[in-house]
Formats: sequence, structure tokens, C-alpha cells
Amino acid sequence: MSDIIVETRHVSKLYGIRREDAMRMLRKGATKEEVLKETGVTTALYDISLQIPRGKIFVIIGLSGSGKSTMIRCFNRLHRPTSGTILFDGVDLMKLSKQELREFRRRKVAMVFQSFGLMNHRNVLGNVAYGLEVSGMARGEREQRAREAIELVSLKGWEEAMIDSLSGGMRQRVGLARALANDPEVLLMDEPFSALDPLVRKDMQFELLSIQRRLGKTVIFITHDIDEAFRLGDMVAIMRDGRLIQVDTPEGMSTNPANDYVRRFIDSADKSKVLTVRNIMITPVSLIKPDDGIDHALRVMRSNAISSVYVVDNQMKLTGILTLLDAVRAKRDNIELSKIILKDIAKTSIDASVEEIMPLAVESPYPLTVVDEEQRLLGIVTKASVLSSLL
Amino acid sequence: MNVDWLFDFPYRIKLNTDAIDKAVRGFAAAYSAFFDGIKMTLTSFVGAINWVLSHVPWFILVALVFFLGYKGHKKVRSGILYSILLCIIGIFGLWSLMNLTLSIVLAGVIVALLFGLPIGVLLSNSEHANRLIRPLLDMMQTMPVFVYLIPAVIFFGMGSASAVIATVIYAMVPVIRLTSLGIRQVNTEVVEAARSFGSTKLQLLFKVQVPQALPTIMAGVNQTLMMAMSMVVTCSMIGARGLGNEVLIAVNRIEISRGFIAGSAVVILAILLDRLTQGWFSEKKKEGGE
Repeated sequence: MSDIIVETRHVSKLYGIRREDAMRMLRKGATKEEVLKETGVTTALYDISLQIPRGKIFVIIGLSGSGKSTMIRCFNRLHRPTSGTILFDGVDLMKLSKQELREFRRRKVAMVFQSFGLMNHRNVLGNVAYGLEVSGMARGEREQRAREAIELVSLKGWEEAMIDSLSGGMRQRVGLARALANDPEVLLMDEPFSALDPLVRKDMQFELLSIQRRLGKTVIFITHDIDEAFRLGDMVAIMRDGRLIQVDTPEGMSTNPANDYVRRFIDSADKSKVLTVRNIMITPVSLIKPDDGIDHALRVMRSNAISSVYVVDNQMKLTGILTLLDAVRAKRDNIELSKIILKDIAKTSIDASVEEIMPLAVESPYPLTVVDEEQRLLGIVTKASVLSSLL
Repeated sequence: MNVDWLFDFPYRIKLNTDAIDKAVRGFAAAYSAFFDGIKMTLTSFVGAINWVLSHVPWFILVALVFFLGYKGHKKVRSGILYSILLCIIGIFGLWSLMNLTLSIVLAGVIVALLFGLPIGVLLSNSEHANRLIRPLLDMMQTMPVFVYLIPAVIFFGMGSASAVIATVIYAMVPVIRLTSLGIRQVNTEVVEAARSFGSTKLQLLFKVQVPQALPTIMAGVNQTLMMAMSMVVTCSMIGARGLGNEVLIAVNRIEISRGFIAGSAVVILAILLDRLTQGWFSEKKKEGGE
């Protein structure tokens, strides 16, 4: 068994009538735009040669229109390349008969889709068992295997739920379970987490990594997010305008980018420049007013298990912060609440970048407060949220 | 100055319509065995449905309508309303005429679905067939319905068989269109997913495309049913008995009350068929989500 499970040789995919002419132009070095203008042919892929190692996560990254979705659909022949060869364990995919292709899809590859591709007329179990069902497995056995796959993606207990009642993250778990149920050699994942919100996406990335490490499946993963690519990928391939730009490990690519395009792509991975306070701020759990009593303030802190509380007036304008220590002391000495509010606290605006506020957030003993021009409190930024945003 | 030539079309061919008519009649006569076979089959089909309907006790039909109405709309009130409407037809003494009409409509709809559903599936699959058949569908839908009566009579004579044929031609269009549309509208990723797991074409069709398109297909079935109902009176002109015939008689004799009562019965029947089938598939749709 060789270490390379899938290999593509000079794979091209063109859409249009005058494909021969287009191919000739491309060979002479014409760009995608020139070819389109001259021949009316769209170049989805041109001359892609890739080697995908067995048991690894191979990430293909590119912007929309770079051909990455077309590429991944060539691996299970949902798209048929115009020219070139794709070898799967030494078998030429281009030469499979209809029957052989069906068998290949049933046993060797399974795909996970960006918008899930689930059937809402079936419940979770019915969706997960679909691949086994079409391959002719008996009901009892396929449901047994589907249940195992559902457990693998931590959805146990949801077997009978209808798809429409699930959240996005759970739907994609179903999609993943459906692919795993077939026990394929290669998992094809077409931007599987792009439709999910950031927190769920991180969960799912972790889930995928742990499943992959446990089962040792080969994963071909498509994304447009360089962070996702570097976090997941053992190998990363960058595509642009239907061509392959660079294939390397994440480390190799960051230290040795092939050209400016790759470098720019990698730079965008440094999130602190891109993320703003808006993306990471959280809502404070509790607020008090300046004329609330000390007892009320203490109760609020105790019931929320926090050591400080923000003081705002009726217009949500930030007055300051009240710490637990000060409040206890004030209660003992019978001092009014308004006298012990700390007014000199770190503030920031909602559009500040995480990079800018980092020193401030690290120095400040309390979470940073986020205020608008009229000093109204919008949210707070804790040290923890700054740090976790960089992960 | 004579300017007539401006307004008279300068050229016309002399169509020998007689020859065409003769040719069609000759064709009908030559293959009369074939057409008689179809006629026999259809007539006995309508007869069989009518036999069943007329052997269902009235209260069972009323109860059935109540049950379907209640089940489809989840309201006891709808069930009661629909069964009262049905009783009105009986009270006016039109029960057996209603059964006659219903059997022709049902026979027409069943035959229309038998052909319409597969044609719809075919059209959804092939851009080529689609381009070929769409103008034909447009024609079938816009041609004045009376025109269908003539060939129907030539080939199948007067009676319920021609009524069914005319109904089928007229009512088949929506189920074809909406079946094709429904299947085309199935989410591409869902179809890709089914293909990527190695479905055969038939598995793809019956396990994915048809179930996903079901709400749209059922809307087409409902439309077909309604159009079949609207042919009832027209078909009475070629000897279809039933409520339509009653209306026709009333028109000929200018009996306003008789016409009005029979007309109302047609309307009630149409409303019942519409609401009962609509309730059924909108409930299905809710189960399926969206």
C-alpha cells in the first residue's frame, strides 16, 4: 500500500464549446480571463497535479471561483475532468464504468457538503443510513451502523429528530455521520463549516480533528479560511483561478510562501489585525444604577459569582465600576455607594482592533469596557476573550 | 381612390378543410378496433368507479368527508362545514348525479396522473424533452376546451369515454408542469449528496427527488383535479351524464332555478375536492418541514 491514496495528473476542467482551442491557449500560458474572452470557455481547473497522502488531512484553500469546489467533485466524479487522470489507490477513476463508479462511491469515498445536503423528509437516522441503504444493506444492519456513526459525532439521542428541528452545527454533525457511516477510505469535505457561526465552527473543527485522529481516515477538506486550513491541515494546497499555486505543510507555507499571493493569504491569518472589539466583546452579566443600595450591589455580585459590577445611569451611560472589596468595606463603614465607584477605568471603542487594545486589556485589572461616543456601555472585553480570539 | 388593398390581406390559401376532416374520419374508421378498445376500457372504468360510489351508503361518504376535513384542517368546524355542504347536494336530490360526475372526474384525474406524473419526471430530467414538449403544453392549456370535444367524439363517439379523454387532455398539464418544476427545484446539494453516495437513477428519483418535491407535485395534483372539475359542464355537451348535463338541460329550457341548483352543486363539489386534497398535502408539507 503506497502512502499516496489519491493522485491527480494534469487534471483540467473546462466549460464551453471550444474547449480544444481554450486548451491550446492555456498551454501557451494564457490567463483564465483571456481564454474566456477569446473562446467563451470557462476554465474551472487547469493542469492540476496533486498527491494526497493516506491518513492525513489535506486542505485545499482558495477564494470563490478558484476551482476548489470543482476539484473536490472530481475526486468522486460528480464532475468529470475534461482531461487528465485521477488515480485512487492506483485505479484510474476516468476509466470506471457506470456500475463501477457507483460501487466506488458506495465504498471508497463519502462527501460532506457546505449547506449539508440533508433530506428533510427523513429523520436523522434515515439520513445517516442513506448511503448504506442505496448500497443494498439490510435495514437492521444499516441502522445499527448508522447509530454508531451518530454516536461518533455526539448526536446520540437525536436519531428520531427531523432535520428541520436541528441547529446548523447539529445538521453538519448529521452530514458528517452520514459520510462516516459508509466507512469510506476518503472523506471529501466541501467547505463543511463555512455556514456555521464561529463558535460552532471551532467545536466542529475540534470534533473533526479528534475523529480523524481516532479513525485515521484520509480527509480532503475545502475551505476559504486560512486559519481553518492551518488549524486542520497536515498539508495545504492553495488554488487561484483554477490553478494550483503551492502545496506544502502549514509550517513550510508560512516560512516559505511561493509568491506574494500566498504571502497575503497567510498574512490574513494573523487575526489580531482583522478582528475588532465588536467580534469579541461580551455582554456584562449584571449592571447596577448609581442610586441602588450597597446591599443590592452585593446581592447582584453574590448571585452572579463576580467580584465587580458595572454602574450605569438610566441612559446606559457608564458611571464606573464597583468592586466587591470596596462594597464590603463601604457597607461596614456605612459609606454611600456613589462615593466608592471607581471612575477611572479603561475604555475602548467598538471598532478598535484587537491588536490595538491588547496591551490595555492585559494591564487593566478589570475587563475593558466598550462605550460609544456618548459613553453608553455596549459591552465588555475580558482578558480571556482577547486571548481566546487569537487561538 | 380605392384603398381596400391596404386592409385586405393580399394572399390566402384555400384550405380544403373537408379533406382534412375526411382524412381524420377515415383514420378513425380504419383504426376503429383500437379506439373502440380504449373506449370500452374507459367506459367500464368510469362504470366501475360509479358502481363503487353508488354502493357507498350516503352517511359513510358524509362521515368520510367529515373525517378528511377534520384531519386535513385540524378543526372540527371544518369537518362539520364540509359534511353539511355535501348534505346540501343530497337534499336537492342530486346525489346520484353527483356520483356520475364524480366518477368521470376521478377517472379523468387518475388517467391524467398515470400519464402526467411520468411525463413530468421525464421533463425534469431532460432539457431536450423539456424544450420539445413545453410548447405543446402551452397549446393544450390555451386551446379553447370545446375544440377537444370534436376529435374526442370522432374517435370515441358520444359518452363518458370521450368525456374522460377530453378531461385528461385539458387537466393533465398542471401535474406535468408542477412535477417537473418540483423535481428541478430540489436543492442541488441534496441531489449531489444522493449521487455521491452511489444512488442509481431510480434510487435518486424515488428516495430523494420525488419525496423532496412532493408538496409541489401535490399542488399539481390538486390543480389537475380542479381543472377536471371545470370540464364537467363542457363534457356534458358530448354526452357525459351527471351534474353538468343537468346544467345543460336547464340552459336549453331556460329553467333558471334548475340551472342554479345544479350549478351550485358543481361549485360545492369543486370546493370539497379542493379543500380536502389541499388540507392533506399542506399537512404533509408541515411534517416535512420548510
